[in-house]
Amino acid sequence: MKTEDMLKALTEAPGISGAEDDVAHLLRNYFARLADEATIDKFQNVIGVKKGRTSGGKVMMAAHIDQIGFLVKTFDKGGFIRLAAVGGHDPRVLPGQSVVIYGKEQVKGIIGTTPPHLQKPGDTAKITSLDDLYVDTGLDETTLKNKVRVGDPVLFDNVCTELQGGLYAGAAMDNRAGVLVLLETLKILEKMRHDWDVYMVGTVQEEVGTRGAAMTAYEIAPDVGIAIDVTFGDFPGIPERDTAKLGKGGAVAIGPNFHPALTEKLMELAQEWEVPFQKEFIPRPGGTDAVSMQIAARGVPMVQVSIPLRYMHTTVETLDLKDIKRAARLLALFAAQLEQAHREVLG
Amino acid sequence: MKALLKKVVETFGPSGREDAIRQLLLDEIKPYVDRTFIDNMGNLHAVKEGKGARVMVAAHMDEIGFVVTHIDEKGFLRISPVGGVAPVRCLYQRVLLENGARGVVGVESVKNPNDIDFSKLYVDIGARDEKEARKLAQEGLFGAFLNEMTEMNGLITAKSLDDRVGCVIAVEAARQLKKSPNEIHFVFTVQEEVGLRGAIAAAYNIEPDLGIALDVTGTGDTPDAPKMPMKLREGVAVKIKDNSLLVPRRVKDFFMRVAEKNKITYQPEILTFGGTDAGAINLSRSGVLAGCLSIPTRYIHSVSETASLSDIEEAIKLLVKILESDVKKELED
Amino acid sequence: MIHILEKYSKAFGVSGHEEDIRRRIEESVRDHVDSLSTDFMGNLYAHKPCGRKNAPHLLLVAHMDEVGLLINGVESNGMLRFVPVGGVDPRLLVSKRVILGKERVPGVIGAKPIHLQSRDEWKSPIPLSGLYIDIGASDEKEAAAKVPPGTAGTFHTFFEAQEDVVFGKAFDDRAGCALITELLMTEEDESYPVDITAVFTVQEEVGLRGASLLAERVRPDFVIAFEGTTAGDVPRDDYASPSTEMRKGPAISFMDRTAIGSPRLIEHLKKTAEKNKIPFQMKKTVSGGTDIGVIHTKGGIPSVVVSVPVRYIHAPRGILAVEDYKNTIRLAKAALMNFKEVL
Repeated sequence: MKTEDMLKALTEAPGISGAEDDVAHLLRNYFARLADEATIDKFQNVIGVKKGRTSGGKVMMAAHIDQIGFLVKTFDKGGFIRLAAVGGHDPRVLPGQSVVIYGKEQVKGIIGTTPPHLQKPGDTAKITSLDDLYVDTGLDETTLKNKVRVGDPVLFDNVCTELQGGLYAGAAMDNRAGVLVLLETLKILEKMRHDWDVYMVGTVQEEVGTRGAAMTAYEIAPDVGIAIDVTFGDFPGIPERDTAKLGKGGAVAIGPNFHPALTEKLMELAQEWEVPFQKEFIPRPGGTDAVSMQIAARGVPMVQVSIPLRYMHTTVETLDLKDIKRAARLLALFAAQLEQAHREVLG
Repeated sequence: MKALLKKVVETFGPSGREDAIRQLLLDEIKPYVDRTFIDNMGNLHAVKEGKGARVMVAAHMDEIGFVVTHIDEKGFLRISPVGGVAPVRCLYQRVLLENGARGVVGVESVKNPNDIDFSKLYVDIGARDEKEARKLAQEGLFGAFLNEMTEMNGLITAKSLDDRVGCVIAVEAARQLKKSPNEIHFVFTVQEEVGLRGAIAAAYNIEPDLGIALDVTGTGDTPDAPKMPMKLREGVAVKIKDNSLLVPRRVKDFFMRVAEKNKITYQPEILTFGGTDAGAINLSRSGVLAGCLSIPTRYIHSVSETASLSDIEEAIKLLVKILESDVKKELED
Repeated sequence: MIHILEKYSKAFGVSGHEEDIRRRIEESVRDHVDSLSTDFMGNLYAHKPCGRKNAPHLLLVAHMDEVGLLINGVESNGMLRFVPVGGVDPRLLVSKRVILGKERVPGVIGAKPIHLQSRDEWKSPIPLSGLYIDIGASDEKEAAAKVPPGTAGTFHTFFEAQEDVVFGKAFDDRAGCALITELLMTEEDESYPVDITAVFTVQEEVGLRGASLLAERVRPDFVIAFEGTTAGDVPRDDYASPSTEMRKGPAISFMDRTAIGSPRLIEHLKKTAEKNKIPFQMKKTVSGGTDIGVIHTKGGIPSVVVSVPVRYIHAPRGILAVEDYKNTIRLAKAALMNFKEVL
């Protein structure tokens, strides 16, 4: 199960928030091969359990499996589809995008725009909001309505593209990259001895409010939680301090959402074992599964590692595969000696 | 049903002051259930025992309103909104305070109408000065808007269809329900408008297998309306999405299946703003399967919320048929 | 019948870099014409005389080039700077995959994530100065070695059929090129009563440059341009003309910014369509221009433009209806066959 192949399969499996079935099944199959137990709950959260030697505690590692997208909202005369957003979108990346509608069958379409010849002067200075954009499938209204209904998911037509230097680009790297970290971590744990039970959770509906994380953290009630997500990669025009560099390892999060001493332990471990990592400062909780996990049931002490990702929430999200492997190595090492670390800082 | 609806919408009950409406609903539903009780938040529970799945049907009793925050020297009451009240929709409306005092909402003169916010509004209770005002009202009194329900060509218009129509659907369904294998908790929730609070508490305590909220939803059928698929007179709306909830496929498919089997007119709902008690139930503990039956309504959160009687009838029918189903079986994968 | 359209749509051929598409056209037409030649700019000439005395000489044109981009700089961090080639709406550039140069190096045009944008930035489209092509290079040296400035790029778009339509890039004007190719592929026993010179031009999108040579080099009696033109039958302002509409057949232009169509030729096309029961439409705007603009004024050559309606021309991916494509071929073929009626 090569890393590159899993990345491609994961990013190309559809899984819009609220309808994650396809990617959930894919992930469950991967967990079945790499962990001791693999289940899908009634909301499509995927849980893989790798038992430890002592089962003295539980660590839950969460990465969300859902991706942003749209739902078919209404049909205009002529068979043009209006979209409702699921998750946060920048309307500026939408015009001209190829999409797939998951109706009775897959229907391809394009998010339509006014052709240049018919534009008025000054049009190119304006952004079209999602309300004024539409999907054109080329089909006539009757044919279309036999295949597609209100509420059907609409996702970007995605292909995972290999760039130079081990970089990969595509939609849904947020957060299939995180999911891949879970799998890579399992591969390494296979070869290590760890004490605590490790719960690998592919959570649903993060993009609409970290809902799957809230549910599963409540259910599992782990002793330590680790959120794995993506963070802003370096790009011209963004101050360096606000981004993490591609190729320099995962970004460890520091802030009130994360347990300072546990986070410190994580970073010490990285230094000791020479795993490259970066730091990310997050002043207020928000934006990842950690926000729900920290306050689930009786609360869960958290750490977080994120993969640097350029062009977040576009169809060309770009990352360095090496960063995924480094994050996995770090987390496997951390999981392996968590019993001791937990005892030291949380007694 | 119309007579009940009229009584129910015209009863006072802003979030936090639901006593009157709760008493009315208790009297109405008591004959049709096995037991009733009121929980610590003030939610009214009406339970029909059963051995099957535990179903929580939630309709919120509270309506939007306001609270008196201070009284100025001229005797005018200053207010803050309770729930999502847009200042411009209050202008010149008649209001009722919880102590029975009546008033009218006035506004300071402004150069630009866009500058009207709650700091510019006040309630005029006819007091000659602050001293007289304090005899009639105090800080901390809750108030709601006044309007009577009327009919127009098969539509009804009233204040607080949100969510008194949901409450009426629940009562009517309890009355019409014949046999059901399920354990049904009809919960008339409090404080939905200020954060789904009653539902959060109720769901936590009940731990249902399925949650069904009954609420209003918007429409896309008025001039220049936001594009949404819901229209008046096209049946009960089965929710697919709002900002608080992505209805799980098996739940919406179940509801639509029941509608089709029983030839009940229904329509799909995607609400591009807002949330309901179903969102709160969904996130309870480890997560609960939840959906929502909605009444398409124009002019939500105004004193003239407008809906179709036929849609309400379809909603009652659908709820009854859902509750009569073997919910456990229907929700299996 | 659409396999030629597919082949041409997939070819690489940004204005000024038309080698790949030209090669594919040569392959397809070679066996159906008397001779092929090219000029220094890259225009491809195909000659198909009919062998009859005093036959009228018809020039058929379609342009081979497509809109795209040109790399014009490399940043120290390995990102590439670029400019659009031809009339690409700059708002369509962000969040797209591209293919660069002869080695077909993949790249992406990314954007600052919305989470990090200020309120002001949200309000306007991302200017060209804010866009880069990322090929994954770690520094300037690596990037410049792989994709030196001067390299051209196209959108990375898949050709796909769906029911009765096809999706793909560059239907403007690979549809025109494919049409002419089909016209040249006559059966053994078929022959037109006219001498045909078909020219597949270069650099139309940057100012009708290739065609500018034709007035001197080709002296036709008539000229017909085949285009993929705007189908605007999509949600738009009330009262706005759609220009052309999908599934209504080939579109005949009565006028555009570069030429007024010859009433004689327009009449001939309409009569031919009616006689053969081929659906057709008039293009309902006078926007756009074609190679005819720089050909017909020399001596005043009667001209007309016939187009296949295409949604989203000058965008990464367009849509056309297969029936429109086939009906355009039918109409053109019939109009050529009975060209005597024009004289």
